[in-house]
Amino acid sequence: MISACRLFFFGLTPLLLLAACGPSDTRVEEGNRTGILHVGNGAEPSNLDPQTITGLPEAKIVSTLFDGLVELHPETNEPVPAAAASWEISEDGLVYRFTLQPEGRWSNGDPVTAQDFVTSYRRKLSPRLGSRYAYMLYPLEGAEAFHRGETDDFTTVGVTALADDQLELRLHTPAAFLLDLLTHSSWFPVHADTLEAFGDLDEPNTRWTRAGNLVGNGPFRLVSWRPERFVQVEKNEHHWRSGEISLQGIYFYPISDPTTEEREFRTGRLHITNTIPPDRVAVYRDRNDPEFHSQPSFSTYYYRFNTTRPPLDNPKVRRALKLAIDREAITKEVVRGGQQPAYSYVPQGDFTDYRPGPFFQYDPDEARRLLAEAGFPEGEGFPTKEILYNTMETHRLVAEAIQDMWSEELGISVNLTNQEWQVYLETQNRLQYDISRSGWIGDYLDPNTFLDLMLTDGGNNRTGWANEEYDELITQANREMNTARRNELFAEAEALLLQEAPVAPIYFDRTNYLMSVSVQDYYTTPTGYRPYWRVNLVSE
Amino acid sequence: MEAIPTLLAVITITFFLLRLAPGGPFADERDLSPQAQAAMEAHYGLDQPLVMQYFRYLGNLARGDLGPSFRYPTRTVNEIIVDHFPVSLELGAWGLLVALSLGLGAGLLAAAYRQRPQDHTIMTLAMVGICLPTFVLGPFLVYIFSLQLGWFNVGGWSHWSDRILPGFVLGSFFAAYVARLTRNGVGESVLMDYYRTALAKGLSKRQALWKHALKPGILPTIAFLGPAAAGLLTGSFVVESVFNIPGLGQQFINAAFGRDFTVVTGLVILYAVLILFFNLTVDFLQALLDPKLRES
Amino acid sequence: MNPVAEEKPTAVFLPGRNPMAEAWRRFRHNIPAMAGLIFLLGFLLLCLIGPWLTPFGFEEQNRSLGAASPGTMGEAGRHWLGTDRLGRDLLTRLLHGGRLSFLVAVAATMVSLFIGVTYGAIAAWCGGKRDAVMMRIVDLLYALPFTVFLILLMVIFERSLLLLFIAIGAIEWLTMARIVRGQVLVLKTRAFVEAARSLGRRSSALILRHVLPNSMGPIIVYTTLTIPNVMLLEAFVSFLGLGVQAPQASLGLLINEGVSAMESAPWLLFFPSVAFALSLLSLNFVGDGLRDAFNPKE
Repeated sequence: MISACRLFFFGLTPLLLLAACGPSDTRVEEGNRTGILHVGNGAEPSNLDPQTITGLPEAKIVSTLFDGLVELHPETNEPVPAAAASWEISEDGLVYRFTLQPEGRWSNGDPVTAQDFVTSYRRKLSPRLGSRYAYMLYPLEGAEAFHRGETDDFTTVGVTALADDQLELRLHTPAAFLLDLLTHSSWFPVHADTLEAFGDLDEPNTRWTRAGNLVGNGPFRLVSWRPERFVQVEKNEHHWRSGEISLQGIYFYPISDPTTEEREFRTGRLHITNTIPPDRVAVYRDRNDPEFHSQPSFSTYYYRFNTTRPPLDNPKVRRALKLAIDREAITKEVVRGGQQPAYSYVPQGDFTDYRPGPFFQYDPDEARRLLAEAGFPEGEGFPTKEILYNTMETHRLVAEAIQDMWSEELGISVNLTNQEWQVYLETQNRLQYDISRSGWIGDYLDPNTFLDLMLTDGGNNRTGWANEEYDELITQANREMNTARRNELFAEAEALLLQEAPVAPIYFDRTNYLMSVSVQDYYTTPTGYRPYWRVNLVSE
Repeated sequence: MEAIPTLLAVITITFFLLRLAPGGPFADERDLSPQAQAAMEAHYGLDQPLVMQYFRYLGNLARGDLGPSFRYPTRTVNEIIVDHFPVSLELGAWGLLVALSLGLGAGLLAAAYRQRPQDHTIMTLAMVGICLPTFVLGPFLVYIFSLQLGWFNVGGWSHWSDRILPGFVLGSFFAAYVARLTRNGVGESVLMDYYRTALAKGLSKRQALWKHALKPGILPTIAFLGPAAAGLLTGSFVVESVFNIPGLGQQFINAAFGRDFTVVTGLVILYAVLILFFNLTVDFLQALLDPKLRES
Repeated sequence: MNPVAEEKPTAVFLPGRNPMAEAWRRFRHNIPAMAGLIFLLGFLLLCLIGPWLTPFGFEEQNRSLGAASPGTMGEAGRHWLGTDRLGRDLLTRLLHGGRLSFLVAVAATMVSLFIGVTYGAIAAWCGGKRDAVMMRIVDLLYALPFTVFLILLMVIFERSLLLLFIAIGAIEWLTMARIVRGQVLVLKTRAFVEAARSLGRRSSALILRHVLPNSMGPIIVYTTLTIPNVMLLEAFVSFLGLGVQAPQASLGLLINEGVSAMESAPWLLFFPSVAFALSLLSLNFVGDGLRDAFNPKE
């Protein structure tokens, strides 16, 4: 038996040796000394081309490598100078004239010129590039026609370089949210010479975004990109603001599992996490952990109803289902991450001055009445429908809770189906679902980023719902220059939307993350951008 | 030589199976306009008839080109393999080392004490490895050794000590099988006449075990190495994800979920080649050690 | 009919003793195997009748009592093993999950048993070139990365328990085919089979009545050892999020849920893992015990 013990414990000896000579400094402590920030970034970025990316993991890195014309001040959410030093807006709200930073430089030292922006927007709108976010540039005069290939004369598009440092944008209708829009990566410039060294300007997915190739105009430059390991950026000495930046560099780690990420953080290997595992949020919040941070995010978690399938084609049924969801219970007892119950489709909070208030309340009695009116008293005769969600624990929990609520309150039974992300998207797009869990993060801080989703035939509508009155209200609102009047029109549209209920909002999400106390001046905006150049690290 | 038709079958099945699947590589929460969709499909040649795509794929394959990845559009499948395969290979090697050293050791000991309490204790301990899914054992060991004791990193693959926990978790699963096979194999030879004769001739138990029971007793273990190699590969899917290791297993799972056709097909081909190679090696080893097989 | 042919075939090569009774006698003296068997029978019984024993439904939620620790008093009774995040009774879900896991495992094993036995027996019985070709095919299939295909199948097609059975069964049959073939090859030449054959019995009847019953030992052993493998595969599939549909539960799914709650609600990991590990351990002990019982060496 002695030898048996030896056998089973010989494995322990090297472990014990290790314990004796463990590393003395954690990565975070070392980073604090050298000015290097270590950040958990969620998934592996698929690409770093600001004009083709769609996801947040990509956007977070790209926004350190490129500057748009303006950016949002993290505290006031007001547009402040970035690549543009100043701007003027014409009386009619149709012409924007930007003066670029006099010291604006690409990371290879070339000056950033107005022509760079013009070239970039031509690339963005080129059909060949296949950019999903091309519609972000549609407020520009002629942009949509150019993108649809109706003309290949780019001079018809409302963007002109008046001088090396003078850029003019012309819109077809006033768009009150244009400056917000400009903070989106779609509007970032790219360095044409670099791109052309690796292929045609509008050729998709060339190698110009590799480390060593990529040239940007942002506060940091790309040093190294090791797939599934990290993306490393360092301070861009050519940046006009480099004197103000104290951070020497950032490592972004792709850690898709929140539990692993949290453990990395707890062992001093990350300064900032991307998220927190749902069941750990309450633990951190309850003990008022100084490392716990929670900020409202400009996003809605909601359910879509397929309005082409009976009985979901009946607005009364949809409204009944909407009213029978106890959102307080879901936020307080199921997801428990500080989320806010949603009684409107556009997230409510200090994001914009659009605050129409709740459009409905939890009302199971009214729900039962509506269901009976629709011909299903006590849920009798209601066919078994299916809730579709993409595979993830939170979505499953919410779906199980809602399944239970509908069965309790309305006497109807639904099944649950989970699908992988890509399949789930396809099923939604083809309207092959009954009820589907959905989420949307606003692209810019304006109600329009949510409300235009539900336009008839909108690519992201995915419910089959079509309503001319709604379309008309949204179009009118977007032509309106008077903010108060514009918000009234939006509120009218949103009331109509929630009355018809092709969607049932559940809650407004939050960005929960852990951050070392050594990180100062870190902000995350409600649309998910992080101005890393402001960050300072202090070592204790 | 049979390897080639097998591989061709694998390629064909995978290629067409994936195209049958719902969900394309370009699905995204942000809708793709019809123009953009068409542009992307043309860029990757997905607008051509399926049979054309298939033969073009075979043609490229013959030249060793596995095509571009759809999800990581600036990377090719070849680059993905070059980037991540060495990691999985190393992880697998550590796993195999753990499986063999723990498994053989435990199996020999158990055989020496056959049917006595020591035997049962050792075999029960060894079997814990096949009774807990790796996705429980992994996070649990991380909790103990990384969070509570602070000996190892929680995950990653940068420091040399990052190999210990994953290697152990991956290996312990197969150690149980190896232990069982060795115990039974050696246990049986212990009962054979030649072993008893050796003892009668005055060899010590240890010497007799070593000289006369080990070699024949180890044959089943070697035969098991073929399936084990395939298993180490799949086992690494879980271990890589638990320990956040940049290996090929994670790439495969993500590609399958993300409908990254070229990556999935490329990796399936790679896996098939690997398994074929391992089986050949095992056949060769068996022939080397087993005189009976050698004659036939 | 001729009385010779009616004679119990087992008696031909083990005169005077029933091998099943003999094996059982040996098995009974194997302590780990017996302990395993008793645990398995007990757990299975609990899984079958359990849902009537607990005062809760497996999908019954009490959200205000989410993630309650073991022993908490619920509305309808005590939650002996605590509750999950939606306030569902863990004991009820565990028993429900155990039932589903065993169902999947046994069904998949039966699929593999059926394919493997049929294939192996036919190959061996036909012999010659046909045997060689059939076994060559098995060798080729061994070289396929099956788990990889399992994942592909689960990702690609609509998920269902049936598909899971078939896919797993289709992976596991190869070894069974080899084992059965080996047995049949040996038995084919035995006197009692020759005798029956000379009496003009049809091949299928011969295989079913005389050959297979005599290969029962190895088949039972391998079947017992296949079940834990299938349960592990099911757990793996649950880990990937491809397992049974919510609100159904399997042991693998419960464990996977438990892992993410390891620190905040350890009982969600502990109890399902223990139930799972003990089941697998027991199955392995029983399998090993059966092997020893059927192949007496000492």
